[in-house]
Amino acid sequence: MSLMGLTAIELGRKIKKKEVSAAEAVEEALEAIEKKETAIHSFLTVDKEGARRRAEQVQRRICKGELTSPLAGVPMAVKDNLCTRGIRTTCASRLLSDFVPTYTAEAVCRLEHAGVIVLGKTNMDEFAMGSTTETSAFGATKNPWDTKHVPGGSSGGSCAAVSAEECSLALGSDTGGSIRQPASFCGVTGLKPTYGTVSRYGLITYASSLDQIGPIARNVEDCAAMLDEIASFDKKDATSVKRQACSFREALTEDIKGLRIGIPSNHLSEGLQKEIRQAIFAVSETLKQQGAVVEEFHLDFMDYAVPAYYVIACAEASSNLARFDGVKYGYRTKEYANLEEMYKKTRSEGFGSEAKRRILLGSFVLSSGYYEEYYKKALRTRAWIKQKLDQALERYDAILAPVAPTTAPKLGVFEGNPLKMYQSDIYTVAANLAGLPAISFPCGTDCNGLPIGLQLIGGCFREQELLKAVYAFECTRNYQRSPFAMEGERTEKCHRREYEQSI
Amino acid sequence: MKQIDDEILSYIQRLSMLELSEEEARQARLDLQQMIAYLDKLNELDTTDVEPMSHVFLLGNVFRDDVVTNQDGRTDTLANAPKQREGGFYVPRTIDGEGTQ
Repeated sequence: MSLMGLTAIELGRKIKKKEVSAAEAVEEALEAIEKKETAIHSFLTVDKEGARRRAEQVQRRICKGELTSPLAGVPMAVKDNLCTRGIRTTCASRLLSDFVPTYTAEAVCRLEHAGVIVLGKTNMDEFAMGSTTETSAFGATKNPWDTKHVPGGSSGGSCAAVSAEECSLALGSDTGGSIRQPASFCGVTGLKPTYGTVSRYGLITYASSLDQIGPIARNVEDCAAMLDEIASFDKKDATSVKRQACSFREALTEDIKGLRIGIPSNHLSEGLQKEIRQAIFAVSETLKQQGAVVEEFHLDFMDYAVPAYYVIACAEASSNLARFDGVKYGYRTKEYANLEEMYKKTRSEGFGSEAKRRILLGSFVLSSGYYEEYYKKALRTRAWIKQKLDQALERYDAILAPVAPTTAPKLGVFEGNPLKMYQSDIYTVAANLAGLPAISFPCGTDCNGLPIGLQLIGGCFREQELLKAVYAFECTRNYQRSPFAMEGERTEKCHRREYEQSI
Repeated sequence: MKQIDDEILSYIQRLSMLELSEEEARQARLDLQQMIAYLDKLNELDTTDVEPMSHVFLLGNVFRDDVVTNQDGRTDTLANAPKQREGGFYVPRTIDGEGTQ
């Protein structure tokens, strides 16, 4: 098995013991990327030389004993909406196709400081607007479990890269499910921390009050180790929260006796794929056997979460994306008679159709005459949803729920039907509206061999309980690798078998 | 339910600083109409006594002392400028309305 088949913690341990070097790890990652990218297309930019250079530097510092993080020397992929100094950052948009940031996002900086090595930037829905990675201006990413299916979105490239074992760690961002949903479609683990836990400095924002950066990895321990590095107060982000210092990785124990878990019964009804419902009951049984107390309850905001989310997200997007005007950075149209024409042509040529759709809707709900009816109403609904979730989380330590109504759909399923795509966010958006932490974890496959993921949603600043519960569940099963992760190995084995048969 | 007519569409295009082609405008009208019909679902919910929440944590202004902590970042600031001249961003004339560059 390639080094990329190891978890980040295992790889970090080997590097620390000098069984392998950071440079060897990077070479294996680059080889895997080379081999798999034509089929998967998880990356928009691979910084080969930079990664090699960083590996040498990190190795020297490991040898000197300066880097002690369990992740030192481990290669990582970064979603392309996080600024990286000197590495092109496009947000999967034509508007930023040549943008090379002059500073690095705080979350990336912190991981680099710990010795994690950035390999390159991953594909995503344009400006994180989408649930399939198909709205990328640079072509869709394919699901490593079946390349006819989408990897989910918007962090589809990051999740596919981990799932295809091109790397063991990736950073994503989650505005309405953009870490959790692709993690579930790709059979990996993804965490959206409590709002304010990870600095958003250097994240090209979509909806500021909902966006949160988080880890994507093969298992919960890797996610916890990543969160240990990126969770921090940052003066550069006015919404950053000073949390009590703690180790998320140390919270991982199998002991979940007495942990109270609620399953919203109305999350299990119409529209949910049968196998996902079965998975919820199966996971619930496992958790019960380990001492958790699981019961069903009613959560009655289902119909209102998605409409409230889209009003707020699009309103914020229409304001945030006003900065793309061709003046200071990014694409500028070639011919224009005056400033206004320059703005309009730049934006009309630069934005893809989904971004335009959301900007228009956002401008509409914020415009005079409609502001009260739509935007204010959505803000009230948001407060109401938060109340309901807070009440539920007084009774339960965590809520167990589906991540998406189905496993990964085929490419092109939502084409021409944006509303259908929006409605598929039904289980994920509430955690963003309420700022709550939520983790998506794999728990089996459906009849087509596509991964099923579920999520646990917790109370504010209570990631530890979520991590612990998922860790306890993980201890009962083996990690299922995607067919594409094993692609190279299978081919080698097949060749060997054919060779042996031929002699 | 609100009807998205040509007037509203051209108003929100102006607010959005977007210029849609005829085909895009036709599609945008349909999409917006469908989306607004869906958003009207929110009206079923009685939120009379609920205060609007624009942010999950009660955020006040975040202040810091007015002390310069960074250096001159002109080179970095201009590094990605589509057009620049004499250490500044270069754009069409903004006053006069003559539109000459």
